[in-house]
Amino acid sequence: MKGSREAERTGTAFRVQQLTRVYGEGPAAVHALRGVDLKVPAGDLVVLLGASGSGKSTLLNILGGLDRATAGTAHFFDQELTAMADVALTRYRRHHVGFVFQFYNLMPSLTARENVDLVTEIADDPLPADEALSLVGLDHRQDHFPSELSGGEQQRVAIARAVAKRPTVLFCDEPTGALDSTTGRQVLRVLQDVNANLGTTVMIVTHAAATAAMAHRVIEMADGAVRNVTVNETRLSAEEIEW
Amino acid sequence: MVSPLDRKLLRDLWRMKLQTSAIGLVIAVGVLLLVMMGGLVNSLEQTRQAYYDRYRLADVFAPVKRAPDHLLTRLSEIPGVAAVEGRVVGGALVDIEDQTVPVRAQAVSLPAFGEPRLNAVYLAEGRRLDPRHMDEILLLQGFADAHDLEPGDSISATIHGARHTFRIAGLAQAPEFLYSTAPGELAPDDARFAVIWMNEEALAAALDLDGAFNEALISLERGAQAPAIIDAADRILMRYGGTGAYGLVDQISNRFITEEISGLRVSSRSVPPVFMGVAAFLLYIVISRMIEAERTQIGLLKAFGYTSTEIGWHYLKFILLVSITGALLGCALGVLSGQALSGVYRQYYKFPFLLFRVDPGSFMTAILVSVASASAGGFLVLRKIFALAPAVAMRPPAPADYSGSARLVAALKRYLDQPTRMIVRRVARQPMRAFASTIGIAVGMGLAVAMLGVLGGFDKAVSLGFNVIDRSDATVTFVEPLGEKTLFELKRLDGVIEVEPFRSVSVVFRNGVKTHRGALSGSVSPAELNRAMSEDVEQVYARKDGVILSDPLARKLAIQPGDEVTVEVREGRRPVLSLPVTGTFRSLLGAPAYYEIGALNDALNEPQRVSGAYLRIDAANETEVYEAIKNMPAVAGITLKADARQSLERMMNEGAGATRYYMAIIAAIITFGIVYNSARIAYAERAHDLASLRVLGFTKGEAAYVLLGELGLITLAALPIGALIGIGLAGAIAAGFSTDLYTIPADVGPDSIGNGAMAVIIAAIIAGWLVKRDVDRLELVSALKSRE
Repeated sequence: MKGSREAERTGTAFRVQQLTRVYGEGPAAVHALRGVDLKVPAGDLVVLLGASGSGKSTLLNILGGLDRATAGTAHFFDQELTAMADVALTRYRRHHVGFVFQFYNLMPSLTARENVDLVTEIADDPLPADEALSLVGLDHRQDHFPSELSGGEQQRVAIARAVAKRPTVLFCDEPTGALDSTTGRQVLRVLQDVNANLGTTVMIVTHAAATAAMAHRVIEMADGAVRNVTVNETRLSAEEIEW
Repeated sequence: MVSPLDRKLLRDLWRMKLQTSAIGLVIAVGVLLLVMMGGLVNSLEQTRQAYYDRYRLADVFAPVKRAPDHLLTRLSEIPGVAAVEGRVVGGALVDIEDQTVPVRAQAVSLPAFGEPRLNAVYLAEGRRLDPRHMDEILLLQGFADAHDLEPGDSISATIHGARHTFRIAGLAQAPEFLYSTAPGELAPDDARFAVIWMNEEALAAALDLDGAFNEALISLERGAQAPAIIDAADRILMRYGGTGAYGLVDQISNRFITEEISGLRVSSRSVPPVFMGVAAFLLYIVISRMIEAERTQIGLLKAFGYTSTEIGWHYLKFILLVSITGALLGCALGVLSGQALSGVYRQYYKFPFLLFRVDPGSFMTAILVSVASASAGGFLVLRKIFALAPAVAMRPPAPADYSGSARLVAALKRYLDQPTRMIVRRVARQPMRAFASTIGIAVGMGLAVAMLGVLGGFDKAVSLGFNVIDRSDATVTFVEPLGEKTLFELKRLDGVIEVEPFRSVSVVFRNGVKTHRGALSGSVSPAELNRAMSEDVEQVYARKDGVILSDPLARKLAIQPGDEVTVEVREGRRPVLSLPVTGTFRSLLGAPAYYEIGALNDALNEPQRVSGAYLRIDAANETEVYEAIKNMPAVAGITLKADARQSLERMMNEGAGATRYYMAIIAAIITFGIVYNSARIAYAERAHDLASLRVLGFTKGEAAYVLLGELGLITLAALPIGALIGIGLAGAIAAGFSTDLYTIPADVGPDSIGNGAMAVIIAAIIAGWLVKRDVDRLELVSALKSRE
């Protein structure tokens, strides 16, 4: 997979066929995904919308290599994610994927810069940590610990950490869920910049429908299936989004 | 109807079953030791007292050379004396077919009719002596069992140079021979020491003591003072060759059992608290972690209207369940191991019966102590529950503040990668907790190292004693001091390579108020076969101008080289000597003192007398030499070094030696308990971080490094501290348990430390492996969803 970085800015990043995920067995079984079919072009900013329980996070987790499908296939370019062993999935996450979570998931014992370094140390061709931090507008807060940062700042560090490895794809699960509108817009702005400037495919899971206006592609999910896929002709910038 | 909170309690216990079992086990071991050792102290004391009372053991023993029977009336008139018994005692040699050398025996008289007034015997088998048959004896049961002798069998023995054949009427035990070793030995060996009880008239005739006694037994009235009566008895017996009366406290068998009991008592009071302390610490960190993790639940309960007391009680019940379960388990195991150990004790201390009985109160004490110490750990945490406001509890905790540790790592920054920084910062953020874990592990290791050190020291001392200090093959003692002519007889024997004479007199050493009853040995200088060695294994020579004292004797008398010691000789002319102490030397067994043999004989005005000799013998002629010596009438006994060494080593491997495995297990339990709990808690606190690392693309091994690295750091830090604790503890054990009867050597060598460290590392690896399994199974998605 190495050396194909340029190729990964074009083509189909994800190809999903009849993807199914069942938790539990028998009468207690929960069908989180019921045969999802989907294509995500590389370089898109995709927003996944849906009520809670619609399966959007499950889909994101499987595409991110965090969870396994019960049936069906998911391809990342020509690699079949659903056939990968644990070690291969770890390698996939390590070299291709960036994550941003609702609760930031920063290491409290590391400073902002060190949290970013955590990733640059194991990545092949990372952005320098200060560059990643200046990308999210936090170059002046490098040596602060998470306990000394606001929620929005923590989330921006998490984004810097995610993009520092120059991921092919950036997954964001409710990235603004714990933030107020102003800081939320700042975070979305950063994600939009990453997509536009670095060419990273960005997939954002959210239940804030307004976010959809900034996406190339909006995927609506309900009851474990894709209900509707919309391609936006015109996109709003993060600042224009109604909160 | 089980309340929902109680159901939560049971599920919490089940969820943390390994952790709580580890804590419960530490408590159980503490209680086990408390119950077992306390029970043994109790049982040994009560059994000893009952045994002494029932068989009327004397309070004062007054040996004398030969005193006419009518003196007994004078002794009984001493105010405070309750009863007096005169008897005849002497050395004997018992011939046993399968034994190269005859067995040393003590012959003791029993009155022809009725029971002795004092020092009665317990008849284990057979019947009492028939006064019509002078050749009947009672034989010490242990000896009879060791040689398959039964009532009705015959044995032959030499008393005072004459051979007799005796018929065994019965097998017996007596409280004065509770601990019976061959003379001059530490370890009891049933096969090599016998007691023969025989008709008074017959023994007196054999020893030329008709119408006389050579030992007076005295019992005291309630409240009478032994020292005054000892003085009075000494005055009466002095003219008849009294060598000095002594109280029961100085009686050798009683001293051994007394030292054993007091040693047990010290251990029972000092060792269990260590376990309780460790358990309290573990519960403290477990409960504080639980409360931290369950703060939202606590806030919710408070919001519902539960009082802080109700919630506190919920967590306290957790502590109570763990500690009471541990304590009950400990009680049960304590009784079992106490019973097992009673059996071991009966091998060494010849009680006719030894019931392991725990005072019911001590069960209560054990349970209360464990509950109290466990709760002490918990109460510190419960304050947090009271302090928690419902609203605050409902919000997730802010990220832990690590800013304080920034400077610490700044210097190392260049050399540490991020995961290592995480380890270092975490330790630096809660240094007290890391320190406490380190100390806990170090204590566990220290216990193991100290025990290994003491046992290793023992092995070394035994090897030094039998290879370097004593280079003879056998020791011959004579019935009474003889002229040097006997030495020539020994030297003439074919196969005797070297003969080194010694003189031994019973004396009282005195330095101010400190006294010691013992023997002063006259030794040739320079000694070749039985040498005195200093602490650093340099030979110390006996001199004409002063005495050299063994370390335990110098300690007991609080005397140092250069000081003068008063030596009151209790034999012959009974001179009182004032001699300078010219040196000290090490000793494993007893508290000997040496003086140049010529000087000693001069002081006694008995030139050229010897009490016995050390021999070096050509192995090829061994049997002939022993056969010849056996037939020399002047010989009171012969001890083979190989036999003495064998019985000492057997005791080390069977009795006390088994303790080393016991201690290793205990150390492993403590260490494992602490390491595993530290690991579990670190894991619980960091599952979230670890999942994040895994999501970021760290491998399982890399994620585990962050967690286990901290454990490794704590464990590594504990190793040198554990070694130091071990060295200190071994020193304390050596100082606290050494007496003038025997010296407990403390020699913590690299091997003890290595083995102790090994046990710690193995425990850490197992604990680490158990937690690593959880890291590997980490549910990435669910870990990220939850806030903690």
